[in-house]
Amino acid sequence: MATATAFLESLLAAPPAGGAHGWLGELRRAALERAHSLTLPTTREEDWRFTDLSSLYQLAFRPAAPGPALAPAAIGARLAPEAGARLVFVDGRYAPALSRPVAEGGTLVLDLGAAVASQPAPVRERLGRIADDARDAFAAINAAHLADGAVVLARGGSAPAAPIQLLFLATQPEVAVHPRVLVVAEPGAALELLECYESLADGVYCTNAVTEIAVAAGASVRHVRVQRESETAYHLATCAVRLERDASYAAVSVALGARLSRFNLNVAQAGPGASVELDGLALIGGRQLADTHSFIDHAAPHGASRQLHKCVAAGQAHTVFNGRILVRPGAQLTNSAQQSRNLLLSRRAHVDTKPQLEIFADDVKCAHGATVGQLEAEELFYLRSRGLAEQAARRLLTYGFAAEVVERIRIASIAGSLRDAVLAQTAPEEGQ
Amino acid sequence: MIVADAKPLLEVRGLAAKVAGVEILKGIDLVVRAGEVHAIMGPNGSGKSTLAKALAGHPAYEVTAGSATFDGRDLLALAPEERARAGLFLGFQYPVEVPGVANSQFLRLAYNTIQGARGKDELDPLEFDDFVRERMKLLDMDPAFLDRSVNEGFSGGEKKRNEILQMALLEPRLAFLDETDSGLDIDALRIVANGVNRLLRPDNAVVLVTHYQRLLNLIVPDYVHVMDGGRIVRTGDRELALELEARGYDWLQAKAA
Repeated sequence: MATATAFLESLLAAPPAGGAHGWLGELRRAALERAHSLTLPTTREEDWRFTDLSSLYQLAFRPAAPGPALAPAAIGARLAPEAGARLVFVDGRYAPALSRPVAEGGTLVLDLGAAVASQPAPVRERLGRIADDARDAFAAINAAHLADGAVVLARGGSAPAAPIQLLFLATQPEVAVHPRVLVVAEPGAALELLECYESLADGVYCTNAVTEIAVAAGASVRHVRVQRESETAYHLATCAVRLERDASYAAVSVALGARLSRFNLNVAQAGPGASVELDGLALIGGRQLADTHSFIDHAAPHGASRQLHKCVAAGQAHTVFNGRILVRPGAQLTNSAQQSRNLLLSRRAHVDTKPQLEIFADDVKCAHGATVGQLEAEELFYLRSRGLAEQAARRLLTYGFAAEVVERIRIASIAGSLRDAVLAQTAPEEGQ
Repeated sequence: MIVADAKPLLEVRGLAAKVAGVEILKGIDLVVRAGEVHAIMGPNGSGKSTLAKALAGHPAYEVTAGSATFDGRDLLALAPEERARAGLFLGFQYPVEVPGVANSQFLRLAYNTIQGARGKDELDPLEFDDFVRERMKLLDMDPAFLDRSVNEGFSGGEKKRNEILQMALLEPRLAFLDETDSGLDIDALRIVANGVNRLLRPDNAVVLVTHYQRLLNLIVPDYVHVMDGGRIVRTGDRELALELEARGYDWLQAKAA
């Protein structure tokens, strides 16, 4: 497809020059080769059946120019005051003046350049090893651009610190940026990560992000991910998580922005006794599309996973959820529960939801369910029996439907701003 | 408290109702006057909860015959929210969980809606917070329940207290409490009963739907009705409840049949 080729060439036109470290340059070169050899996904592939990227393939992007120097006041509303360490990236480039890295102590929070220089061993051991880009063209393109990025290294035994905020800001139109995050929680470590994608200007741009998270034995990671890109932007992202024995990972992912977003959340339980909680919310309107593909890979026994994914679609919006859960033959005594709940706020909104359970062990508990459509009649009657008019009751329940996921976020400032966003989005539309 | 010449708050005549096409209520007559406490007892499936829900206007309960007048108005012509604003309150047997909606937010919205309907001033969040905390003391409720989602993760007893808290906030003319005592331990039962007793006034009334005499030791009814097969088959005073406790329902069912 000629246009797709032009698109791909525009993305790969100017990968960064080889860095000082040979292994990093080699990693980029290999990824560039893979990116050239892989084909871009189309709706003919099962994994992309509902999400048509052809409008993206007709565009060409350029690498971001050095962005404007932003005053901290200009981004104040996007900063979580609860955060201790903070790394800010503007159009993909690390912005040290806006950041608060941590270079010493139990938990290190560094940009990729600093991390490669001061902590080469753990970075080299993990970077590119958790997210598999052998068949994922976008992840390979991301790796081909490896330059700026965020690295969090947490050692066990350190006191639980304040949340770590990683903020990726978009300011320029027509650019493609390739954010990269590596998080390593060493045995027994605990950390809370807040990963935000925001825009300061409307514009058509493309974020192509890869986040890798290694959770070692007995370590725990809480992860809040907020995607509030420009409503004309494209957001393609993969988050790959690998858990060892008795590790835990709890994520709340919220998608509000982007014309088209695709979020792959791949969580592998490599060691026994690991525990995973995934809460997701896509809340969109207009002509937006938000696609979440999650994959929980139970590869070891005694694993637990709980997932709640909610979609609220207004206007002509389209949400997609594909929730794959694989229980491998050795993963006995797995306990897994998945719920997909979807609410359509207009007749022209559209939801595709697909649970995908593949169970190869015989002594497991796996429950899943999916609902699409209406508010609960009993909840509606309960509110009306307290005097609320039907319309007010519907609005409150719609708010609550989306806010249930937001309430799982423990970072108060983020939960508060998302509550406001939910309130604004769930106002009843005209002509229902 | 039976008050001479008290005017009827609720007058139900020949009420019949269906749920999912099945006739459950087969002709109910019931008059509740201001100041009175009524108890409705009866075996499972006799129609007690159906009566409560039909009167509150649950859309799944279709009234097929009869009438219900509330404070002189045709109750059955009103939407559920209009019945609430007129002063009718249903304490749910199974209070509904509303995830994502803070209890404080819900309580204030309900309170202000009812206040508005009565032509009274609404309270802003700070004023309401003081007011609701005061009412929560009446029920020995932890203020932490304000910040949680409505009924979500509440124990059975906590849900029932939350119902009575709503009654205490909304100050209905008539409260229909549907098995508010079920699932309560004896301490919680006493707290809830005290709460209800303190809300009783000469100008309002309570109907208790219950299986157990023990609630009626704490909230003393003026009338006890026994329902069976969708009808009220016997009405008496509190002695009837004691007799039911001793003898069960069989003797009444045999008589009715």
